[in-house]
Amino acid sequence: MSKDKSLPSAPRASRRGFLTAAGGLAATALAPQARAGAGNPANQPPNVPEWTRTLGEGVAVRPYGKPSKFEKDVVRRDVEWLTASRESSVSFTPLHELEGIITPNGLCFERHHGGVADVDPADHRLMIHGLVDRPLLLSLDELKRYPRVNRIHFMECAANSGMEWRGAQLNGCQFTHGMIHCVQYTGVSLRTLLEEAGVKTNGKWLLVEGADSASMDRSLPIEKALDDCIIAYKMNGEALYPEQGYPMRLVVPGWQGNLWVKWLRRIKVGDQPWQTREETSKYTDLLPNGKARRFTWAMDAKSVITSPSPQAPIRHGKGFTIVSGLAWSGSGKVKRVDVSLDGGRNWWPARLDGPVLDKALTRFYYEFDWNGEPLLLQSRVQDESGYVQPSKAELRKVRGYNSIYHNNGIQTWHVQANGEVENVEVA
Amino acid sequence: MSRSPKLIIAAAALATLVASAALAGGPSEKTEAKIETKAPQRFNIGRAPSAEEIRGWDIDVRPDGQGLPVGKGSVAQGEKLFMDNCASCHGEFGEGAGRWPVLAGGKGSLTADNPVKTVGSYWPYASTLFDYVRHAMPFGSPQSLKVDEYYALVAYVLYLNDVVTDQNFELSNSNLSTIKMPNEAGFIMDDRATSEKAFWQKDPCMKNCIAPVKITGRATAVDVTPEDKDGKPRGVE
Repeated sequence: MSKDKSLPSAPRASRRGFLTAAGGLAATALAPQARAGAGNPANQPPNVPEWTRTLGEGVAVRPYGKPSKFEKDVVRRDVEWLTASRESSVSFTPLHELEGIITPNGLCFERHHGGVADVDPADHRLMIHGLVDRPLLLSLDELKRYPRVNRIHFMECAANSGMEWRGAQLNGCQFTHGMIHCVQYTGVSLRTLLEEAGVKTNGKWLLVEGADSASMDRSLPIEKALDDCIIAYKMNGEALYPEQGYPMRLVVPGWQGNLWVKWLRRIKVGDQPWQTREETSKYTDLLPNGKARRFTWAMDAKSVITSPSPQAPIRHGKGFTIVSGLAWSGSGKVKRVDVSLDGGRNWWPARLDGPVLDKALTRFYYEFDWNGEPLLLQSRVQDESGYVQPSKAELRKVRGYNSIYHNNGIQTWHVQANGEVENVEVA
Repeated sequence: MSRSPKLIIAAAALATLVASAALAGGPSEKTEAKIETKAPQRFNIGRAPSAEEIRGWDIDVRPDGQGLPVGKGSVAQGEKLFMDNCASCHGEFGEGAGRWPVLAGGKGSLTADNPVKTVGSYWPYASTLFDYVRHAMPFGSPQSLKVDEYYALVAYVLYLNDVVTDQNFELSNSNLSTIKMPNEAGFIMDDRATSEKAFWQKDPCMKNCIAPVKITGRATAVDVTPEDKDGKPRGVE
């Protein structure tokens, strides 16, 4: 792949020279065992460590807890050259550091189109109007009086992995797959509110709109609205974080993140879609023949190995090795995940661990004895509809290189003999 | 459609019936059971917004023109407004400054290696331009211009894209929905279920599925990942 074939929007000025980077890598390359000896021997056996010999902090010194200072690198990151402004941009979830299926609230990736709206819940209102018998205006407190539902779902940006359509570009699953999070949402079933308002028989579509500077708006078909959508005000038990739509957001299980309107303030019922900017100019998928798919709502089955990965190299040398990864599908539950060590030639079943939920992240493991030879690691999910995650080549055969969205192709990690891991393409 | 809105209406009517029965005869166990299992409840929480409250927020516009506010603006008026409010990001001719979006040009590029998707080359409806510009632009001070000014700006952007060619053209609520965009027919409904049918398989291959593979591309060769001081991608411990 030539540089010109890589993402066209990558500014040349910000690219570091390959030679410089390679030199840096060589200079700092660590022997696989180098890390094991790190640390202060004074705190290690047979010595009694400092924290055993002194009192620790008392309760409520930190009224709202934070992770250990030794976990300071487990943070959201962005890629400066992707967008023109930080207010209409994206940050990435550090998937390579996380386990299980629940994303901590402070690490959930962000995608804003007009920055984070600073909404005072006392002034926020949700309006439901249009083709309804009884238009509604609700405060947050009133919304909380409706019957509640709790559901765990993944939320994936339609553009997750979009920078990889033209080839391996970003080196780390945080950057290639980190536009996703999975939390437990608490809120009101959208169906409950639509029943309260009484949708007229010709009400086929909803316009859902946010209160932010972009007034993010999308058209949602009534079938989905009545099926499993939620207006959520809690995530993982506490109030939504401002960057996730405080005080309320729409949850559209299995469908592209753009529809999950944050700071939700208005639902209008109509008889046809609105064709907003976010479903015409954006979130339409250009095909090789110049036509574009629209209303590509569902996120297809996808998986990625989160460790080892470029940001999580193998430090322990050869021996027993854990491959950990995530699989998900917008069409239902994960049925199985297979792992390949040789770039997709041979596959072995992975072990699903923890809950396997509808339209939620699912954790998988593959444990093996690494002999220290280079690997081409891949994972491949099949969901309960029978859909098998395709290779990138198979996707490109149908869609070409300019779809931007919906890249669920199989990811390959090249594990080198020294344990370093690289994002690669294979053929 | 599996869940018809008719059902909801019917259910709401049933709820009303049940509620009045309960009022008349006092809540019997039988009636309560009915409410729990059959009819969607009315909660009577919240209130109806006034017409004026709805008017303040209800500014969306559809391709058929529904929602367009009364107003008008010309290409010439739009040019001045564009220079004052838009050109610093989008360029004087919509060519885009720096990394800001390109609004004009790119005609015929949709099958090219690097398509340029603009209002003229890609957008299917003029209504979308009005709807978006009016509720979200200028970036940083949205909804700060008057309705007539938004009509003028949209007229100018259409002019930049040769969708309208007369500098004296005046865009208004009565003619916006008649404007045909060049790429209106350029969109198809999501067809993955048919065009990607091959991805649904009964038993995915497990052994000797493909010939041995070689590495054909490397992210480190492209080298655009944010790096820490040590030259490694950010987040490596």
